[in-house]
Amino acid sequence: MGRYVARRLLQMIPVFVGATLLIFLMVNVMGDPIAGLCGERSCDPATAAQLRREFGLDKPLWQQYATYMGNVFTGDFGTAFNGQKVTELMATAFPVTIRLTVVAILFEIVIGIVLGVVTGLRRGRPVDTGVLLLTLVVISVPTFVTGLLLQLLLGVQWDWIRPSVSPDATFGELIVPGLVLASVSLAYVTRLTRTTIAENKRSDYVRTALAKGLPRRRVITRHLLRNSLIPVVTFIGTDIGALMGGAIVTERIFNIHGVGYQLYQGILRHNTQTVVGFVTVLVLVFLVANLLVDLLYAVLDPRIRYA
Amino acid sequence: MPEQPPYEPEGAVAGTGMGGAMDLAASEASTLQRAPGGPVGTGPAGRPRSLWSDALRDLCRNPVFIISGLVILFLVVISIRPSLITSGNPLTCELSKALEGSQPGHPFGFDGQGCDVYTRTVYGARTSVTVGVCATLGVALLGSVLGGLAGFFGGGWDSILSRLTDVFFAIPVVLGGLVLLSVVTSNTVWPVVGFIVLLGWPQICRIARGSVISAKQHDYVQAARALGASNSRILLRHIAPNAVAPVIVVATIALGTYIALEATLSYLGVGLKPPSVSWGIDISAASPYIRNAPHALLWPAGALAITVLAFIMLGDAVRDALDPKLR
Repeated sequence: MGRYVARRLLQMIPVFVGATLLIFLMVNVMGDPIAGLCGERSCDPATAAQLRREFGLDKPLWQQYATYMGNVFTGDFGTAFNGQKVTELMATAFPVTIRLTVVAILFEIVIGIVLGVVTGLRRGRPVDTGVLLLTLVVISVPTFVTGLLLQLLLGVQWDWIRPSVSPDATFGELIVPGLVLASVSLAYVTRLTRTTIAENKRSDYVRTALAKGLPRRRVITRHLLRNSLIPVVTFIGTDIGALMGGAIVTERIFNIHGVGYQLYQGILRHNTQTVVGFVTVLVLVFLVANLLVDLLYAVLDPRIRYA
Repeated sequence: MPEQPPYEPEGAVAGTGMGGAMDLAASEASTLQRAPGGPVGTGPAGRPRSLWSDALRDLCRNPVFIISGLVILFLVVISIRPSLITSGNPLTCELSKALEGSQPGHPFGFDGQGCDVYTRTVYGARTSVTVGVCATLGVALLGSVLGGLAGFFGGGWDSILSRLTDVFFAIPVVLGGLVLLSVVTSNTVWPVVGFIVLLGWPQICRIARGSVISAKQHDYVQAARALGASNSRILLRHIAPNAVAPVIVVATIALGTYIALEATLSYLGVGLKPPSVSWGIDISAASPYIRNAPHALLWPAGALAITVLAFIMLGDAVRDALDPKLR
């Protein structure tokens, strides 16, 4: 187990370097960061040159990348061009987005798996067809449309929620945005659970368990569900990173000041430090979540051993 | 990826959540196609029904396939010739009619700029279909060639490519789009298509790789090799026809999601920009007026949802037809 974890950690390094380098290059393509500093006017050449030196932008790109990564590992994500520490921005933004993601993941786990089990056990019945159609509709309506419609219905027409979230962004306020963020993945979790449950329902070990006279409830929770959850856990695990990165749309609709909001502002203002810093953390979250998922396999399925 | 536990469905990482079935589809496909009859190329009379003709027969009886196929056909026709069903011009707007509701000749009403929502919705189909089709062709071509070669030859190139796909999966798509497309000033669909191809190929690459690996282990490949067939002949004549089914299924479903992605990027202001006509732009422009003029938002949003739905249902139907295990 220890060797497996070590090997996986080593494997994460090239992916991490590759992904951050890719983002670094993309942000560099994004345009001259100095241009964003002087506001609407163009900078005068002397100031521009001095600013370049100050931020180390006159060095070759690989050197900038190396310096940046060196700083990141000492906890220094740099300073946004308005003088604010990027780590300070993160400290205000990440808790909000983490709360939003937690709400979304809870929706996926609770509603997605329950619906998946119910439909998987009743394959071909009206419940199954109905839920399947519903998931298809949810998948095909893009998140920003779902968000706008729910905001219109619940926030404006029926007045159940406040259309935009306050800066505190408490769990209560994040329920509807969390549902919107989760919607597409929720549908995928339902479909995935349904497929694996329906497949495993016919397997020998389920028949054996039923033949032994175990109560149906126990067969479903202990035998069927545990075996069927493996692909679902993979999906949810990889989805954590995608949700945090994809929150940009949801956060824009409900005016939530989280990671997506900061990133959007950073991109609009060509604030490279903010963008690279936030994306680096998001990539790390994605990689760690994937690692945890792989380790969870051993808990869910004792047949898997890590040498 | 030899280090991964054996039960991981490859495609789940890509967000489709259907990868497990894909590989099965591939292996089933090959056994089905070759097992029952003699060698390939017995005359038409003695030839066993192939997986493809079997699937086609199935599809023609599947109402989901027929309905979604008709919807897609309609979309393609109106994106080639929008003037068939509308005589208006999406760019002629009368500000005095802004946000007015439905009236004779203008069934969907007017948007915030006084443009006819019906005409704009019809013309929006062209953008979506162009982006969807071009991006899917690009992704499928790039992904299946790279993934197919990696799966067939294996070795160092394969491990490098696998790590490279890992790198691309670690980058959130919408975010990458915001960063890369925020500098583009060109107002055509091509930057968006290029971006989708750039970030979309790893998904198809993984599927194609897995499917080629499972296809190349079959006896007919060994037989062809023993008969002295060259690598390119084995790849093109024996492996490709048996490995292509999962790629087609995933690509069809992906087409729908690419259309949604284009709309999302346009909604965020980095995809297409006005004066281009796109459902994403129209939805974004209509969202401030959602309270007093929801029609300006609902029509393009509905069109977008139906289009995406049609492609996803088509992909679903094709998968069911090609994957006998699910029946």
